[in-house]
Amino acid sequence: MGVARYWREIPARYNLIGKKCQVCGKIYFPPRSICPTCRRKSIGKMEDYKLSGKGTVESYTIIYTPPPEFSDKVPYAIALIRMDEGCYLTGQIVDCDLEEIHIGMRVKACFRRIQEDGKRGAIYYGYKFRKV
Amino acid sequence: MVAIVSYGAYVPKYRIKVEEIARVWGRQAKSISAGLNVFEKSVPSIDEDTATIAVEAARKAVEHGGINAKEIGAIYVGSESHPYAVKPTATIVAEAIGATPDLTAADYEFACKAGTAGMQNCIALVNSGMIKYGMAIGVDVAQAAPGDALEYTAAAGGAAFIIGREGIAEINETVSFTTDTPDFWRREGQPYPGHGERFTGEPAYFRHIMSAAKLLMEKVGTKPSDYDYAVFHQPNGKFPVRVAKKLGFDKKQIEDGLLCPIIGNTYSGSTMLGLVAILDIAKPGQRILAVSYGSGAGSDAFDITVTDKIEGYERMKLKEMLNKKEYVDYATYMKFRGEFR
Amino acid sequence: MREVAIIGVGMTEFGEIWQKSFRDLVAEAGIKAILDAGIEGDEIDAMYIGGMSTGRFIGQEHVGSLALEVAGLEDLHIPSTRVEAACASGGVAMHQGYLAVASGMYDIVVVGGAEKMTDVVGGEATNILASAADREWEAFFGATFPGLYALMARYHMHKYGTTPEQLAMVAVKNHYNGSLNPKAQFKRKITVEDVLNSPIVADPLHLLDCSPITDGAAAAILAPLDIAKKYTDKIVKIKASVQACDTLSLHGRKRFDSLPAAVHAAKKAYEIAGIKPKDIDLAEVHDCFTIAEIIAIEDLGFFEKGEGGKATEEGLTALDGEIPINTSGGLKAKGHPVGATGVAQINEIVLQLRGEADKRQVKDAEIGLAHNVGGSGGTCVIHILEAV
Repeated sequence: MGVARYWREIPARYNLIGKKCQVCGKIYFPPRSICPTCRRKSIGKMEDYKLSGKGTVESYTIIYTPPPEFSDKVPYAIALIRMDEGCYLTGQIVDCDLEEIHIGMRVKACFRRIQEDGKRGAIYYGYKFRKV
Repeated sequence: MVAIVSYGAYVPKYRIKVEEIARVWGRQAKSISAGLNVFEKSVPSIDEDTATIAVEAARKAVEHGGINAKEIGAIYVGSESHPYAVKPTATIVAEAIGATPDLTAADYEFACKAGTAGMQNCIALVNSGMIKYGMAIGVDVAQAAPGDALEYTAAAGGAAFIIGREGIAEINETVSFTTDTPDFWRREGQPYPGHGERFTGEPAYFRHIMSAAKLLMEKVGTKPSDYDYAVFHQPNGKFPVRVAKKLGFDKKQIEDGLLCPIIGNTYSGSTMLGLVAILDIAKPGQRILAVSYGSGAGSDAFDITVTDKIEGYERMKLKEMLNKKEYVDYATYMKFRGEFR
Repeated sequence: MREVAIIGVGMTEFGEIWQKSFRDLVAEAGIKAILDAGIEGDEIDAMYIGGMSTGRFIGQEHVGSLALEVAGLEDLHIPSTRVEAACASGGVAMHQGYLAVASGMYDIVVVGGAEKMTDVVGGEATNILASAADREWEAFFGATFPGLYALMARYHMHKYGTTPEQLAMVAVKNHYNGSLNPKAQFKRKITVEDVLNSPIVADPLHLLDCSPITDGAAAAILAPLDIAKKYTDKIVKIKASVQACDTLSLHGRKRFDSLPAAVHAAKKAYEIAGIKPKDIDLAEVHDCFTIAEIIAIEDLGFFEKGEGGKATEEGLTALDGEIPINTSGGLKAKGHPVGATGVAQINEIVLQLRGEADKRQVKDAEIGLAHNVGGSGGTCVIHILEAV
């Protein structure tokens, strides 16, 4: 995969920059170009919005059968996280005893290596989550 | 005047004990620990590297200082373990703290003093009026060949300092002492450093640190007893204690900044993390001497006075972070380091 | 709109079919369906072929043209279109075929679905299947396809007290049904202990909670109801064909204990068919994972939300239960060649409604439902079929 695909997502992946609908005030992450509530009215009114990085685990799983790029990370936790701003996202939970993870656990975003394009290619960084 | 406006630090939560490394290589842990004054060291997790540690430290510095990241005009990341040989770590940090695009950024390499070299640059840029704030980061996920003596100490961690006109600690003076002394190196394309064994001591570490410290004290007219705290580069737990004694500092002055026994040698992070530990507890008016050492070789010395502004400033509480730790075995450590190829 | 009938079905055996290529599978399913319907090649007006990721599984796109060539229909120059909606590709192909006939545009339409999944190795299949999820915002961060269903499973368990044993019972039941289906990939019966002792893939889902990697193809021949009688007297009518969609990502959904697209499609399908869930005699649901069947039987209105696990435990979904689910063995035991699955489900319902399901025949089956899902619920297709 070319690096451009990764590069253009840097604001969202590094800094959790999503979108806020200036019409209804709802916050979206991952970024969306149209508010599904306001639709036409929201066109051109979706502004960048930086999330606090704080959220709550809504559900989680421990992955034992990974895609090849994640084979050295097994077992790792993937969670569905409800961000304090109301939107949901999917991310890993790290630096945590896997047994400790539970629904309702408070987490905060941290900055980690997500993947790399082999040993010679680019390194892709982004958000993961740590227990608060 | 130029001052430290804010600071941040990050040390990964994983640790490996010296006895675990010694077990694998059939060495005597007790004598190694006693000889090095190191008992355990920090280990980066499988998804941590110099860039992620730098970002975590930088974010803490920005957050605690209440700094508008757009006002940071320069970012320098000093390390000898940048994730890329070509492509800066500093740009990753700049993007991750929201400082882009109106700034200058670069990576530095000067063995273990690359971070303090960045500090000096920030001081100069602030002093010249070229920038409002500069950020200097010293960070490493230190490399050591499996089985090498360095493996007992080579650790991971880093600290970020934001330099500006006014702040929590004024930098009264800085000087450097530099010569060409090949005591430790890593050749291009090689995964692990090589070193001159005992040559790394007297002609290298001790000569440069002592010369820089003396030069600085001479320049500002101080003597060791004028300082409340001193921190020296910590390749192991013994050298900084010995160099302090030789310079005329007592144990009390250095013990708060001495982290190597419990986290190992964080290379470019070492002196700066020691300074973080001191700033975490220092009171207004207290004076600090900080001297880094980078193989190859050189030392940067700083004369610092804590200001009233430190009251009310949200400090890093590095020691609390260091207390949250989890031990790993040697195989896990090797896996985290990506040593299985 | 014209009423549409299914006048013929056919499918390959499902499994690791090492000796057969994608082309071989397409040919075999197509030939069986054509023979079953008793039609001639030159009567065919159009073809729709479901395939999820032929480009990545076998490096071959443009399989509409490939299928036309396999069928030997190139001189007719009829339109042959590949349809993609992840694991719902087959169901969407059915829906497209239905629309084409119902609209009056075409009379005889061949609907197919095929996937050749075993030609890739080394975890590549896991990666390809993850493309049914959101590549940028789910898969990029390490979420796997089983992982997304595991998130739903954990959520369901937490909210309703659904147990790992109840999940396992879905697999046990479907393996039992599979043992009665000569086309099934797994014909071996398993126990709850077997499931719980199998390796964890994405906690709480074990290996035996997951559908397998499968090669296979299936086909169905559609025709307007009024001319269907010309070909066969075993006519099965499509009472409703509904497709509904939702967000690509799981985290974008309004609910995690349900697939809102399935609820929406089911409601509409029941309305169109003029029936209620209790009128359904049997259903093939998209059990790509055991939790998916539990959620499906709730979404389809067979059981209250949260009661799916209990209903399974009580045997209500067994072959002799109140509403037999996945009599074919489902995706779990029959196998899940992703692009073929939606059409294979239709095959099973048609056999049941024609009374040709042999040892797994549901007595007096008159109305059957097929529920085919793409991704983690981004697409859902529901067909309600009736014997006439």
